[in-house]
Amino acid sequence: MAAFLAQRLGQAIIVLTVVSVLAFLLTTQIGDPVVSILGMQSTPEDRALLRERLGMDDPFFVRYLTYVGNLLRGEFGISYANQRPVADLIVARLPATLELAGVALFMSLALGLPIGIYAAINRGHWTSDAILTATVIGVSIPTFVIAILLIFAFSVTLGWLPSFGRGQVVEVGWWTTGLLTESGRRALLMPAAALAISQVALVARLVRAEMIEVLRTDYIRFARARGLRPRIINLSLALRNTLIPVITVSGIQLGFLFAFAVVAEAVFQWPGIGLLFLQALGSTDVPVIGAILLLTAAFFVAVNTVVDLLYAVVDPRLRAGAASGRALGGH
Amino acid sequence: MSAMPPADPMTAPAPPRRRRGRSRVLASFLSSPLAIFAAILLVILVSGALLAPWIALTNPYDLATLDLMNSRLPPYWEDTGEWPFILGTDSQGGDVLSLILYGLRTSLAVGVLAVCVSVGLGTVLGLIAGYYGGLPGAIIMRAADVQFTFPAIILALLIGGVSKGVLSPSQQADFAIPLVVLALGISHWPHFARLVRGAVLVERSKDYVAAARLAGRGPGFIMLRQILPNVVNPIAVLATLDIAFAIMGEATLSFLGFGLPPTEPSLGTLIRTGYQYLFGGEWWLVLFPALALMLVVVAVNLFGDWLRDALNPGLR
Repeated sequence: MAAFLAQRLGQAIIVLTVVSVLAFLLTTQIGDPVVSILGMQSTPEDRALLRERLGMDDPFFVRYLTYVGNLLRGEFGISYANQRPVADLIVARLPATLELAGVALFMSLALGLPIGIYAAINRGHWTSDAILTATVIGVSIPTFVIAILLIFAFSVTLGWLPSFGRGQVVEVGWWTTGLLTESGRRALLMPAAALAISQVALVARLVRAEMIEVLRTDYIRFARARGLRPRIINLSLALRNTLIPVITVSGIQLGFLFAFAVVAEAVFQWPGIGLLFLQALGSTDVPVIGAILLLTAAFFVAVNTVVDLLYAVVDPRLRAGAASGRALGGH
Repeated sequence: MSAMPPADPMTAPAPPRRRRGRSRVLASFLSSPLAIFAAILLVILVSGALLAPWIALTNPYDLATLDLMNSRLPPYWEDTGEWPFILGTDSQGGDVLSLILYGLRTSLAVGVLAVCVSVGLGTVLGLIAGYYGGLPGAIIMRAADVQFTFPAIILALLIGGVSKGVLSPSQQADFAIPLVVLALGISHWPHFARLVRGAVLVERSKDYVAAARLAGRGPGFIMLRQILPNVVNPIAVLATLDIAFAIMGEATLSFLGFGLPPTEPSLGTLIRTGYQYLFGGEWWLVLFPALALMLVVVAVNLFGDWLRDALNPGLR
């Protein structure tokens, strides 16, 4: 277990190091921070002074180490576009994205799990086949198209839900939440659903495939031979072993929800990290781009590591097999 | 197959097995209504896209074909709709169905080219990583691992967005399609590299490779002429499904403004421009391109799913 943990942490550090080098190259090779801070009208003397103060004439490696040192202290630099610390921008936007991704994850598991279980138990029945086909359609609709269709139906045609923004938010310490107000919850409904729909299809497909594998195993056949009721076999014996891969799935889902939140946030003008990322890309605001890149990588690595650890805890065979268990990412 | 050394004992039973395999695939196709449906849909969409210059009423690249008298018409079946503009027209009098056919052309071309980039990069790097292993293999697979920590769409957005910041507007217009192809292609190579490397590791230890090596064949010949033909099936399945990803990826990039420009109509740019009119009530400008996008992706996915089951290369 200790070897497993050490190996996973080693991998995580390698990944984050590589990404930090990329982010560093991005922030130093593209655009000129001196010009973006002082403006185009600044004199050459002022520029030279600032270059010296920012340490931009130091050797490459020294500057990289300074960059990493700043990162570790939580200093991600100053945004070119807003002239505000990148860390502040991200902290202000984080609650919106986390609430969106969290609610979408809940929706996708709450719907995807039962659908997948039903399709596995009733395998071969026409309803199961219909569900399988519906899930193909579900994964074939890009998130932004789902978002547009939802807006067309519920905002333009019916006028029930707002088509943009977060509604009224309440501040709880540094965290802003839309979950406590009526307008906040109404605003959250469509973006979260747009994110969740393709994930529901993915979860249902994976749960179905895993559960069909479990239902084929010997202990399920013995349980049938013993005459246990199908309900107990399916929901008590089979489901328990299906849930192990579901842990992995939901971990990976959370990562992808975080990624596709970029798209949903763009359509619904949801003030989260994704919209910040797109705005930064649009104005080549490299400190913000680099910081979000690192944050996404750290988030994915953390989720993958936690998922692998949970896996090792839940599945004793992996503990015995130690580090050779699974590849990074799980699929 | 004929290029294989005749001394190789594994080639002897191959021809009859292959023929039987082909008829089995055909039979499986004919017995699957979904596969037939997907294939018919694909044939219609692809031929519509290829024939666009001849069957489309208006040409978005040629303003002379547009007539402002016909602008902002709703679909044919609505009260003020007019024949022959079945799906209505946009603000410049462009026929929406024609726009979709031209857009489909661009989207399909970008999707197929992007998958070619992914397959090319992934196959070469996967072959090297699997056949040689060692330091180059480790570097390649670590690079794939690092890339797997990013969702492909974020990486494609990053490549598209950063290149827009670096290039001048006129360069952006000239290189729009190659840039999107590269962004999507680069964002998906690790899938192919992993698949090919895994297959190579299995094949490498087999007798026929050892026989070829003893016969004095070089690594290039063994990799390309002997191992590669044996991993073509899983690559084909993954590539088919990947076309769906690439088409969705192009549409997403273009919709977000980091893909193709409005002058280069693809399904994504059509949805992007049409979306501005959604709140004004001109829903046909966005819903029909979106429907076309869904249809083509569903068709590719259904066909790819069937292909995977039919060839059964142990993928999931």
